[in-house]
Amino acid sequence: MAVDSPVAQLIHAHRLRPIELLPWVIGAAGYFLASGYLPLGSQIMIMILFALSLDLVLGYAGIVTLGQAAFFGVGAYAAGIYAVHVSGEPISGLLVGAAAAAIVGVVSGAIILRTGGLTLLMLTLAITSLLEAAANDATALTGGNDGLQGVAINPVLGLFDFDLYGRTAYLYCLAVLFFAWLFVRRLVHSPFGRSLVGIRENVVRMHAIGTPVRRRLLTAYTISAALAGIAGALLTQTTQFVGLTVLSFERSGEIVIMLVLGGTGRIYGAFIGAAIYMIAQDQLAEADPIFWDFWIGLLLVLIVLFARGGVLGLTDRLFLMMPRRR
Amino acid sequence: MTIVLETIGLAKQFGALRVAHDIDFRLEAGARHALIGPNGAGKTTFVNLLSGRLAPSAGRILLNGTDVTGLPQAERVKRGLGRTFQINALFKGLPVLENVALATAEHAGFGGEMFRGIGARRDTIEQAFGLLELLGIADVAMRPVKELPYGQQRLVEIAIALALQPSVLLLDEPAAGVPSAENRIILDVIAQLPEAVAVLIIEHDMELVFRFAERITVLVQGAVLVEGTPAEIAADARVREVYLGERHS
Repeated sequence: MAVDSPVAQLIHAHRLRPIELLPWVIGAAGYFLASGYLPLGSQIMIMILFALSLDLVLGYAGIVTLGQAAFFGVGAYAAGIYAVHVSGEPISGLLVGAAAAAIVGVVSGAIILRTGGLTLLMLTLAITSLLEAAANDATALTGGNDGLQGVAINPVLGLFDFDLYGRTAYLYCLAVLFFAWLFVRRLVHSPFGRSLVGIRENVVRMHAIGTPVRRRLLTAYTISAALAGIAGALLTQTTQFVGLTVLSFERSGEIVIMLVLGGTGRIYGAFIGAAIYMIAQDQLAEADPIFWDFWIGLLLVLIVLFARGGVLGLTDRLFLMMPRRR
Repeated sequence: MTIVLETIGLAKQFGALRVAHDIDFRLEAGARHALIGPNGAGKTTFVNLLSGRLAPSAGRILLNGTDVTGLPQAERVKRGLGRTFQINALFKGLPVLENVALATAEHAGFGGEMFRGIGARRDTIEQAFGLLELLGIADVAMRPVKELPYGQQRLVEIAIALALQPSVLLLDEPAAGVPSAENRIILDVIAQLPEAVAVLIIEHDMELVFRFAERITVLVQGAVLVEGTPAEIAADARVREVYLGERHS
């Protein structure tokens, strides 16, 4: 069949494009060219992974949530507690973080995904608050308000020590993010991923074509929780500390802002939004230590007013306005 | 003749409001059956009960001999029930072809596949494209549905329902809102639906109903007033009074 047939075009639309490799080129180049900023780079990649997990549910499946920090926090604490009490081996720590977050995701999702709209939003918020209160209360396990101390992480693969300059942490985060991206990319371009988009676009019709809507949403919610858990675990392992803020409402809100800033439902919005937000936060906090969050707020207001669809939405429109070569 | 869809004493109440009352209805295999009635007669409610969007307060629904009363929509679809909506229920931001391909993938049991691309079952996309060709909208296959004129969107509605290869197809006012110039296209498509599919059409357009239907059921205030051939219905004084009379008054 010719490449220009609609069938081929539809399949072709989901192929890997060269530009999708750009974040990895930047990530690898950053290691060599911005060696003074490696710890910031690690933080950015952790937030990208966290935003990517949110994009799966918010951007693709249309589940509006303000509770993604629940999974991030559970992953962070699980990895921390595992390191303190069981083993400091990092890869298994990530898996423990993912599993713990996935369990919270599947249990809470089974209950709250029966609802929608504002009710769902409030329930996601409530679950995060419950977990934050529980973490604060379980001092013996979590360190409560003082945070979890004494997290020691072994060398990655038994070879690479976490060093003072953050080199290992940077490459470790880059590698984990890369595999997570491969997985999410495969997922969103699969029939499952397309069915999530269908649910977001018109849930009534998805029911009518025989889609088990609730099961699909719960699966997506659980996978998203596991990814957020890995992001939380990465934070624990690279900072060797877990504080209550991993479960805070601010963290849930912040990640929504990052994703909206970059653009929802397109994977790379997570990359761009998290990078812009974190770099802006870093630079603004330095330039204006008191009012830096005002400038972040202003940036978001401008994006919402003038660039609906986030930075990627804006670039789409600019691209469309460019004269086409004939 | 085989009965493919049957309701026995089907009823639905919202509090004190009775929207479906003791409906006994039978649809034969390959039938061309119309459901008519004045506004608010409960026609769309009846379709929603049949498709599983609404749970009945009482009564039973049998699909191809199986009691599906307690089954969710997805299970009824698997058992051969397809429907269209009075108001378009499409994936407006997606290309026309993908609108239909979502349905063909789901019908093929491929909709939940996570680790392969959509191209792994190219046949489901080709099947979707074949339906677009059948309905004469293949030339707009890659355009987002929201860019299409309303008449073509109605055809996408029908294409999605046909993608499920239903044995029973419920068409809820397929020509509603379509400009008269495009109405003919919808009528032709409905006339050419596969003979094996039993079709229940809900429609206000009497020309379409009398051209298409072999049997007609008249619903009034949630209950069946009368059922018969088009000639019997046209001659029925009660129908003229509550429905046709009302239309021409």
